[in-house]
Amino acid sequence: MTYIAKPKLHHPTLAKNGVGYTRRDYEGKVSTLCAGCGHDSISASIIQACWQLDIEPHKVAKLSGIGCSSKTPDYFLGASHGFNTVHGRMPSVLTGAYLANRELLYLERLGRRRPRPPSAWASSRTPCGAACAWSTSWRTTASTASPRASSRRPPTAAAKARRAR
Amino acid sequence: MKRIEAVNDFVVKFANVNGSGSASANELFAKAILRMGVPVSPRNIFPSNIQGLPTWYEVRVSERGWLGRRGGIDMMVAMNPQTWDADVKEVEPGGYLFYDSTRPLPPSAFRDDLTVIGMPVTAICNATYEDARQRQLFKNIMVLGALSVLMEVDPQAIEKLFGEQYRGKERLLESNIRALHAGRSFAKDHLQAPIGLRVKRADAVGNRIFVDGNAAAALGCVYGGATVCAWYPITPSSSVAETFQKYCEKFRRDPATGESRYAIVQAEDEIASVGMITGAGWNGARAFTATSGPGVSLMTEFIGLAYFAEIPFVIIDVQRGGPSTGMPTRTQQADLVSTAYASHGDTKHPMLLPQDPAECFEFSATALDLAERLQTPVFVMTDLDIGMNQRLCDPFVWDDERRYDRGKVMTAEELEAGREFARYKDVDGDGIPWRTLPGTHPTLGSYFTRGTTRDPQARYSEAGADYVYNVQRLLKKFAFAATLVPQPQVRAASRKTRLGVLYFGSTSPAMDEALVALAQSGIHLDAMRLRAFPFPPSVAEFIEDHDQLFVVEQNRDAQMRTLLVNELEVDPAKLAPVLHYDGTPITARAIAQAITRRVHAFAVAPSKEKSR
Repeated sequence: MTYIAKPKLHHPTLAKNGVGYTRRDYEGKVSTLCAGCGHDSISASIIQACWQLDIEPHKVAKLSGIGCSSKTPDYFLGASHGFNTVHGRMPSVLTGAYLANRELLYLERLGRRRPRPPSAWASSRTPCGAACAWSTSWRTTASTASPRASSRRPPTAAAKARRAR
Repeated sequence: MKRIEAVNDFVVKFANVNGSGSASANELFAKAILRMGVPVSPRNIFPSNIQGLPTWYEVRVSERGWLGRRGGIDMMVAMNPQTWDADVKEVEPGGYLFYDSTRPLPPSAFRDDLTVIGMPVTAICNATYEDARQRQLFKNIMVLGALSVLMEVDPQAIEKLFGEQYRGKERLLESNIRALHAGRSFAKDHLQAPIGLRVKRADAVGNRIFVDGNAAAALGCVYGGATVCAWYPITPSSSVAETFQKYCEKFRRDPATGESRYAIVQAEDEIASVGMITGAGWNGARAFTATSGPGVSLMTEFIGLAYFAEIPFVIIDVQRGGPSTGMPTRTQQADLVSTAYASHGDTKHPMLLPQDPAECFEFSATALDLAERLQTPVFVMTDLDIGMNQRLCDPFVWDDERRYDRGKVMTAEELEAGREFARYKDVDGDGIPWRTLPGTHPTLGSYFTRGTTRDPQARYSEAGADYVYNVQRLLKKFAFAATLVPQPQVRAASRKTRLGVLYFGSTSPAMDEALVALAQSGIHLDAMRLRAFPFPPSVAEFIEDHDQLFVVEQNRDAQMRTLLVNELEVDPAKLAPVLHYDGTPITARAIAQAITRRVHAFAVAPSKEKSR
């Protein structure tokens, strides 16, 4: 259903976070990945986490490489600048961006599709028959009160836990 | 035997063993002559090795101010037995051979058309010094002392240089002066002085400065406002980043807080270093890297991304001999084609072509402006000859009123006022779109940067029309770039001529000299010095205005000629290549000879005017 434009309307009572944004303000374009793709779960978790952590969307820069994982920055934080760089070489670009402006929060999204042996395809959750190795990490200045540079874990685990409650 | 007699106009070459401390003594020789008001241009010809292999230092002394290599050697200071035969052979008939006569050599080792000057340097040093290291180091200074007597170089100028070099290290100062005078007294007592090559005080240096191109480029980056430098070491470019760091420590520290207002990263490789400047350029910083040919090769995927995604940054390519590792410590202008069209797909990049350190300074700063104005990678193409040798050049000029050209960056206020933002739309007719920087506005102006095709609003698109619009706009931008880059400089011959010559970069000083020599022999050429790619319309006009042109360059494949033929659709027969690519800097004599030969072969009457 990716050809249908995402409606901008939302329920008037949708909760706002500490910086005045609804969860919908953290969304991006409609995903063009396979239905059920794990990358979309990650994107949803990022949206939830940024909303909960009161991060202003435009104060985030999203960087990615090339491939399915790397298309995803288009599918969350639509008000942030994003950069779909080159295959497997994104971290250097993020390092340079960070050197240029240390006021922003940097989100890197990388991963790859690794074909599985045919026997494993049946259990694969995605129609593309690929398992995705992914990582999402944050870089920020020490002065920012959000996820720390030292925390290389994706914030999705915490976000998921909150959602489960 | 007729010996060469020349005052303030000769070439001395020192043949040494790498790592023997010869370079600093040789540099003192050159600088002392410079302090006497006589222009010199020294060239360090060194191996890709730390210790043991042959190294040479060629000093051109020229009161007339010729700073290119002349060709030919008037005096050889032959201190390396390994290269003795070739070194002796290289001296002009009637020239001079200075050597260490501690060990006697058979008469067959010499030439009878040279003035041979033997000095038992090793023996004197061994008798004077106990310490093995001192015996080696002071040998070079003793030779310098002897040469100062033979060629009438003012010893006070040398002593003054010692004083500047060893300020606060009195013991070193004193021992060096002692060695210098030991060499001088030996020469006075035992050698016939002066010889035919002499230095006489003059006033021909003027206000010019003596500096290497890499330091000049680094300073240009400081003045040009570069705040991010990411690099990976490679000869002959490393000192650009190293010097940039030194200048930044001096000029870019916040005086109040002591905080660094710059960021320098020595990355894990060239790919990461260009990735970093891509990120920095995208995020609004002025960023550059310095590298050489092999580095540019590694960077090409990112260069293509930056071309297509329209990200500004500057690459300073200090060219050396390729292909592959090629000749890492020798000079060439051989990265032109690979850089002009670097990366996959249809790509073209502006290149600036400095002729000396003064232009390395100027063009590095200009490149940073151009990169942001054009939103594209811009290359500064220097080479080892300019980059790693000190060269006499005009003092650097900087207008304090000059403001950085940040190009088309839309601000939060403009977005707020309702100005349309379409990242890849040509709204001004010059092919250059507007960009926004990350973090500009909470709701307006964000976009997703990608190397994949997109429509003018930066939305993913694989529509043929969107792709064609985009690449055609890039072509328009490139044509516009030709009007912004440093324009070529034309020097008309003293009389009307059908012949022209095109040259660029480090060839300039040798070309200047060759043009005068050619004119004296009746061959008159109008000369155009190219200063950038893409070529502005004046280049095509210059070619159009002449029947036969020469393109002088330092590579095997006539790469500049290829660019001219390709970009301007010139008849290749009109452009005759004049090439020099053995790794040494091109000489005035080589240019003059090649052009003379060609002119005679064309059987054109050079002195006759074209009948109209």
